[in-house]
Amino acid sequence: MTEILDDAQPAPKPSGSPFLQVKDLKIHFPTDDGLVKSVDGLSFSLERGKTLGIVGESGSGKSVSSLGIMGLHHGTSARVSGEIWLDGDELVSATPDFVRRLRGRKMAMIFQDPLSSMHPFYKVGSQIVEAYRLYNDVSKKQARQHAIDLLGRVGIPEPAKRVDAYPHQFSGGMRQRAMIAMALACDPELLIADEPTTALDVTVQAEILDLIRDLQREFGSAVIMITHDLGVIAELADDVLVMYAGKAVEHASCQDIFKHPEHPYTWGLLSSMPRMDRERQDRLIPVTGTPPSLINLPPGCSFNPRCPYCSLTDGKSVTEVPLLLASGPGEHHAVACHLTGAQRQRIWSEEVEPKL
Amino acid sequence: MFSYIVRRLVAAVFLLLAVSIITFMIFFLIPRLAGASADDLASRYVGKTAGAEQIHKQAESMGFTDPLYVQYGNFVKGIFVGADYSTGVGTEHCPAPCLGYSYQDRTSVTQDLKDRLPVTFSLAIGAGVLWLFSGVAIGVLSALRRGSIFDRAAMTVALAGVSLPIFFTGLLSLSIFSYSLGITAKGGSYTPFTENPLDWAGDLVLPWVTLAFLFAAGYARLTRAGMLETMGEDYVRTARAKGLPERTVVTKHALRSTLTPILTIFGLDFGVLMGGAVLTEKTFSLPGLGQYAIQAIARNDLPKLLGVTLLIAAFVVIANLVVDVLYAVVDPRVRLG
Repeated sequence: MTEILDDAQPAPKPSGSPFLQVKDLKIHFPTDDGLVKSVDGLSFSLERGKTLGIVGESGSGKSVSSLGIMGLHHGTSARVSGEIWLDGDELVSATPDFVRRLRGRKMAMIFQDPLSSMHPFYKVGSQIVEAYRLYNDVSKKQARQHAIDLLGRVGIPEPAKRVDAYPHQFSGGMRQRAMIAMALACDPELLIADEPTTALDVTVQAEILDLIRDLQREFGSAVIMITHDLGVIAELADDVLVMYAGKAVEHASCQDIFKHPEHPYTWGLLSSMPRMDRERQDRLIPVTGTPPSLINLPPGCSFNPRCPYCSLTDGKSVTEVPLLLASGPGEHHAVACHLTGAQRQRIWSEEVEPKL
Repeated sequence: MFSYIVRRLVAAVFLLLAVSIITFMIFFLIPRLAGASADDLASRYVGKTAGAEQIHKQAESMGFTDPLYVQYGNFVKGIFVGADYSTGVGTEHCPAPCLGYSYQDRTSVTQDLKDRLPVTFSLAIGAGVLWLFSGVAIGVLSALRRGSIFDRAAMTVALAGVSLPIFFTGLLSLSIFSYSLGITAKGGSYTPFTENPLDWAGDLVLPWVTLAFLFAAGYARLTRAGMLETMGEDYVRTARAKGLPERTVVTKHALRSTLTPILTIFGLDFGVLMGGAVLTEKTFSLPGLGQYAIQAIARNDLPKLLGVTLLIAAFVVIANLVVDVLYAVVDPRVRLG
């Protein structure tokens, strides 16, 4: 394993810009029913060794934006615009082949459902070997040894034997570990984990999260953790991006998101999360209503039909799209909401926080 | 894997046994049920002027008066150890595997089938290779360029291919390529591969292409649909996420899964074709198993018909077996089941 450790920290390019910077990313899908704006003006940045958590409901654009960073929308009907800077290279305007060469080596992705995400006809080991040999000119034997090492590293017992097993012979948790091993085969500097624990039971979830954290420390990678589980965010993330209807509605450090959340949608997410460390209440408070149609977004703030505080903004919520602006005491806390800072502070401390 | 193959093999043997019983019953039990006596059956094998006494003697010598299970036993015995048939002027020995003896032609059915099998096999193998490769290639290209002119044109031609019967396309191509242009054989001739491979191919190229056109069309549509589905699978996305070049993603990851069902259908189609491509052989006057079956039916030659039916059934069973084994090779998930 030492060989992996040695390679773990490549010399960063001499530039002051962040390792990953996404600027005004838009991913739209033309359909027969209209233009689906899955991601609409997303911006964030991420440094090596840090973890960004992206939370939001299903359909809020989390997965679509991460696939956009990986360049996996190429060949589909998706229209991608904006800028994605990865270690000094702009990916949206780059050729598909250039981005393809970054995949696996520079950036890798762990998918949500490890059973359907692994090829059923190939052995787990050979799927890892395939990824490794793509960028490393080594013999099959060396690559196989590397695969065994990786499987051992992600906590699969008897890796020398399991390397020849097929995905269907693995349990769900083992498959996710193997998936992680596959993603780590070429020591990627950016690791995107798309709901890596959703398909797993709770005890395995914790192990997988520990594993990702350990590996991140070891490899020094930047991690984007996509989830709808705030527990996962609390566990892993340094920064948190809350997405709603294709836009970022709140961006803050993990600490701030849980201690001083400012967006009514974030409050809703927190209120609907069961907490073991608080007195149990009769009911959790869900966010009322359903996510909006991405073809016909509500005018103004997309959250306005579900927002209990919409009436406090003198109608601005239904006419004007709120911008993501710096706010609050946190160092880089930003929120897209028409409520004034004072209003938000009062509502949070008087109405929302006591009920959590 | 080994036990899987053994199990499939045992199952195939039992299936063949069942098929032989059913075939035998169709030809010997059903006429009885319909009221035909042993003498009625035997009357076909004697001259038109024969009296009742003579017919009865014939029925006895042919074993029609024995109970049905004895007759079936003798038939199966013939397959394994050979049999002797009395021809009236003497006895004819039919060595194992003896599928019967044609009293009309005074020939051994096994020998007839042996003579005709190479023709049918040559026709099937050439056409099979042709349609499998062209069908899959067209299907893959169509799927990758969905909605393009190539896709639309290919699918239109495929539709035509599926809908046009062989006696139309066959006669049309014979008329154009053999009679008007004179570049291909006019049908009716067959040169064994061992004699002259070039003539062999020359005689068969038109039947191959015509037959392949019919099948390739279906395979192209099937491959296209399969590819479109597979390209949307999560594991294809994973393959892309690894950074694999698109060519590898398509061939190694997507096509591999798409081919599995196609292989199954190919095995079955091939097995059926081995039993005689009746229409193709008729159209191109090829002396294969299909022609043989037609003649046997036309002349009411029961032993021939029984023999050829059994052989066709055996081919389908064997094709099934091969497909089952191949399936396990291709898809590791099957091996456990």
